[in-house]
Amino acid sequence: MANRERPLSPHLQVYRWQITMTMSILHRATGIVLVAGAFALAWWLLAVAAGGDAYASAAACLASPFGKLVLFGFSLALVYHLLNGIRHLLWDAGWGFELPEVYRSGYTVFVLTVVLTALIWFFALRGGA
Amino acid sequence: MNDSQAAKSASPDYRTPIGRARGLGSAKSGVGHFWWQRVTAIGLALLVPWLVGTLVSFIGADLGTVQATLARPYNAILLAAFVLALFWHAKLGMQVVIEDYVHTRALEVALQLVVTFACVFGALASLYAIVRIALLA
Repeated sequence: MANRERPLSPHLQVYRWQITMTMSILHRATGIVLVAGAFALAWWLLAVAAGGDAYASAAACLASPFGKLVLFGFSLALVYHLLNGIRHLLWDAGWGFELPEVYRSGYTVFVLTVVLTALIWFFALRGGA
Repeated sequence: MNDSQAAKSASPDYRTPIGRARGLGSAKSGVGHFWWQRVTAIGLALLVPWLVGTLVSFIGADLGTVQATLARPYNAILLAAFVLALFWHAKLGMQVVIEDYVHTRALEVALQLVVTFACVFGALASLYAIVRIALLA
């Protein structure tokens, strides 16, 4: 442990806002949200397996306004994490590191997140594809 | 002094020959975390469109239809693969979040254990449900 004051590296607040920092923290935040989604999926699968009252109450819970809101949140987080995850995988493959490309892929992820989430809910609210 | 000794003195390598051959470094896991996070990510990226489509198709369906659909061999197998990759990926991701933000060692270790046990439990519970649906529906 440090026992005297040492100079610290510059922290987040000294930097001008950039889309890249927002996308990075959103990737982590949506990942944490989706961990809850994973356990919700396990809970739903157990209800399907049990059937009867267990499934009826789970289905009613998901169909309630609050349930729909949570499902919308999960779908939004899932689409964002998926698309931005593909962006990360492309970086891992060495593609898209030039700054204009990083910004272009970032805005593409934002736009496609809105479009794909809207598409999922268009089919969902229409009563299933 | 021969050539290899000269190279060593320019850039000292204190690893033992067996350590160098294994390539696992001081943390004993090498690039395992990085690699499996990517492997599970690619698997999940391939399976998410199928899962979302299947779940959306269940809206308005009754329990019997949901069970019969999930009980189909390819759906049951893909769903089992999905939940395994999902909870593995979740464990690897949460591990890094805890490593980054929790600086009290005892709390950090406790949280890592909780995350590991919870993800194993989530995966086993999902597999149990899938098997039960596939064999009894």
